[in-house]
Amino acid sequence: MDVKLRIKRFDPERDDKPHWQEYTVPAEPTDRVLDALLQIKGYQDGTLALRRSCAHGVCGSCAMRINHLNRLACKTLVKDVKQPIVIEPLKGLPVIKDLVVDMEPFFEKFRIVKPFLVNDETPPPTEWRQSIEERARFDDTTKCILCASCTTSCPSFWTNSEYLGPASLVQAHRFIFDTRDRAAAERLDILNAREGVWRCRTIFNCVEACPREINITKAIGQIKKALVYNRF
Amino acid sequence: MANYTMSRARPSSNFELASWLYMRVSGVLIAFFLLGHIVIMHILHHVDEIDYAFAAERLANPFWRIYDLVLLGLVVTHGLSGARTVLDDYVHSRGWRALLKTIMWALGVLFLVVGAFVLFTFQPVTA
Repeated sequence: MDVKLRIKRFDPERDDKPHWQEYTVPAEPTDRVLDALLQIKGYQDGTLALRRSCAHGVCGSCAMRINHLNRLACKTLVKDVKQPIVIEPLKGLPVIKDLVVDMEPFFEKFRIVKPFLVNDETPPPTEWRQSIEERARFDDTTKCILCASCTTSCPSFWTNSEYLGPASLVQAHRFIFDTRDRAAAERLDILNAREGVWRCRTIFNCVEACPREINITKAIGQIKKALVYNRF
Repeated sequence: MANYTMSRARPSSNFELASWLYMRVSGVLIAFFLLGHIVIMHILHHVDEIDYAFAAERLANPFWRIYDLVLLGLVVTHGLSGARTVLDDYVHSRGWRALLKTIMWALGVLFLVVGAFVLFTFQPVTA
């Protein structure tokens, strides 16, 4: 079958503003959108810029807007999306070229919430013990691959790029509710600020966008609840 | 050892938290007050019965004056608190945001004062 794609192109060295370009490529129905894009890049137009790495839904590099929803190109089959397949870079981050966006604003917010285990106590002789229930509390938020699909689907983030965004809140959740971690209070304090967790308006775009099916809004709700009980 | 205090963590004020919580609490309270209002004004009494005398009789009872005053306060603050978050989301210039919020809260205070003035000073005029 032939697959039609409509791609938003932008080359900062030549263009003042982005423009649309259409391509038709041969593909099997079970091919992925990423295959179609690589077909274009390899055989039709080598100037098309995109990120991809593992191509198996684990690295999170190929997140982009596919038919107006954030998806991983490597996890979206061409038979599952309407043609022409409209492809745009992630929204809310500066475009470097074509489908490649500057991820630094995203990672800057990721680092703010201290996305690492903080514990200066002497480790026990064998290991840190954790019950199955204690581990289950943050299981969902360990699944994040940092593809930025959630944050760049969030209208709160679109209107205010200072907002930490769902991905950072997911990372914070992963450690706040880990019994081995000792910096929960500090993280909650960071999230309690003006551009923190209260900017979430429970729009649920992040939940729909997440390729790992993390229930992000629920995690954010648990952080809000923790703050309410922590401060009153 | 990592220096954990180097982050952007400042001691945060609880204003955003309080504002978020207030929206939830006031929302639930408004739901109950509004239900009472709807039952009295639209179910127990037909709209044709509601005239000056009806309103004057209700306001003769201090309970209803307080009921209306509380409902007024809740509705104005709940609505403006929501409008504040909209301004925070969409108005990025500090100057414009400050100006719009000042106008907004000034109007809010005006509504509260006018409403409270009527509720406190209302004297039924017998026809």
